[in-house]
Amino acid sequence: MYSDTVMDHFKNPRNVGEIENPDGVGEVGNPVCGDIMKIFLKIENNVVVDAKFKTFGCGAAIASSSMATELVRGKTLEEAWELSNKAVAEALDGLPPVKMHCSVLAEEGIHKAINDYRVKKGLEAWVEKNSHSHDHSEDLTCNH
Amino acid sequence: MEAQRTIYMDHSATTFVKPEVVDVMIPYFTKHFGNPSSLYGIARDSKKAIDVARVQTAKALGADPYEIYFTSGGSESDNWAIKGVALANRKRGNHIITTRIEHHAVLHTCQFLEKEGFDVTYLPVDQYGLVDPSELEKAITEKTILISIMYANNEIGTIEPIADLGAIARKHKVYFHTDAVQAVGNIPIDVKMQNIDLLSLSAHKFYGPKGVGALYIKKGVRIENLIHGGGQERRRRAGTENIAGIVGLGKAIEMATADIPGHNAKIRSMRDRLIKGVLDTIPNTRLNGHKEKRLPGNFNVSFEFIEGESMLLWLDDAGICASTGSACTSGSLEPSHVLLATGLPVEISHGSLRLTLGDANTDKDVDRVLDVLPKVVKKLRDMSPLYYKSGKEGGSNV
Repeated sequence: MYSDTVMDHFKNPRNVGEIENPDGVGEVGNPVCGDIMKIFLKIENNVVVDAKFKTFGCGAAIASSSMATELVRGKTLEEAWELSNKAVAEALDGLPPVKMHCSVLAEEGIHKAINDYRVKKGLEAWVEKNSHSHDHSEDLTCNH
Repeated sequence: MEAQRTIYMDHSATTFVKPEVVDVMIPYFTKHFGNPSSLYGIARDSKKAIDVARVQTAKALGADPYEIYFTSGGSESDNWAIKGVALANRKRGNHIITTRIEHHAVLHTCQFLEKEGFDVTYLPVDQYGLVDPSELEKAITEKTILISIMYANNEIGTIEPIADLGAIARKHKVYFHTDAVQAVGNIPIDVKMQNIDLLSLSAHKFYGPKGVGALYIKKGVRIENLIHGGGQERRRRAGTENIAGIVGLGKAIEMATADIPGHNAKIRSMRDRLIKGVLDTIPNTRLNGHKEKRLPGNFNVSFEFIEGESMLLWLDDAGICASTGSACTSGSLEPSHVLLATGLPVEISHGSLRLTLGDANTDKDVDRVLDVLPKVVKKLRDMSPLYYKSGKEGGSNV
């Protein structure tokens, strides 16, 4: 049911762990819904120099966290902010429709970590401009 | 590298077909393929074979052969029992009692009937998944026409007090149906002693073929047909008989009920070693279901801080077939209704794992799972933000 790329990122997840003294942290999801992602960012000169994660969730949630942290490393904050859930899913060679929410969670986790950094720096938090245009496909939303 | 042996621990999902069962089925595909409704010789062979299977099935349940009707499986039997009794007894009342932990074949049938004007009471269960007979008695009204309570639960393996529940139904003159799909071959059944009016079973749960099952209907029960058409099964279930399947069911049920205590002792000892090994070595783990009143091969366990599907993927990687009550494998976001009904917190329900042992297993399989599973749990906990929050404390098991 999962692509080879999803299985690769599930079985050999990149960037698992925590960053000591992270510049930005974003935790999204809810244990009641069955997935929680915690994203840690190290930021230097407006560039994401390191990204790590800890995830409680299914195969797609772990693979999405792994891929999202890979994709934002080395990116400027503006570029990292533009990372869409669709891009995460595409980089994984697709996710089953019912698992698209896992990629949404990854996008939200990155956004939350970036804003955590911005607020700590005394900057204005960026606004989710496309919160209604996620590619949910047949996504189901947990209402907890 | 040596090819890895597949370890099948999902016998509650389905079983392999025993070679002896396959052997008796094959002639009915190639040689005795006649339609039992026809008059010539090969058709009479088919008819005779169905009669033999009916006797074998009746004997396994303590029923009379004319009370056995062959169907396409457990779901059809459940649908027929519930819809058939509801429609035939509508004038007497419109109330049905069932439980919150039934299989979807029962739950969704009841929900359908609610849309058609029936009232359904879904009885709660305790933390072990047991129905309280006094709760059943309290729920009965003058409009109650049917009680449907499963014999043993497919997820947590809890065995319900069927004889007690049946006695209450009998006392109040309400029809009593039990979905015994998980029970046949694991628990000795006697429909007369246990006051059962209708009983569903499915061959592929006791080493028979898929696509065939039966409904026991006690003589005199008022029930409408579900499948209309030809006059098969004494005009109660239309459709040309699945002869090979029915022959296979007969042989399988005969084998499965020949020595239930002896068979269970072997499966139970493997299962108990597995339970002990897991609970002793992995902290923050809890056994779901009842300690004693459970199916001999069933082990259902929750591991805190991790999610079931990711466990299944790792176990599959090691060649181990299991299942979970987590939402993430069901196509919905709600975890198992059974685990939730026992009061297990939602987040812990997501981390449940079901291993069901049976004749495909050996002691070596248990060793292998006890070697692999703790590593899988550790790997997933190490990347879980919940485990991190819990301070990696080794909590005690429940």
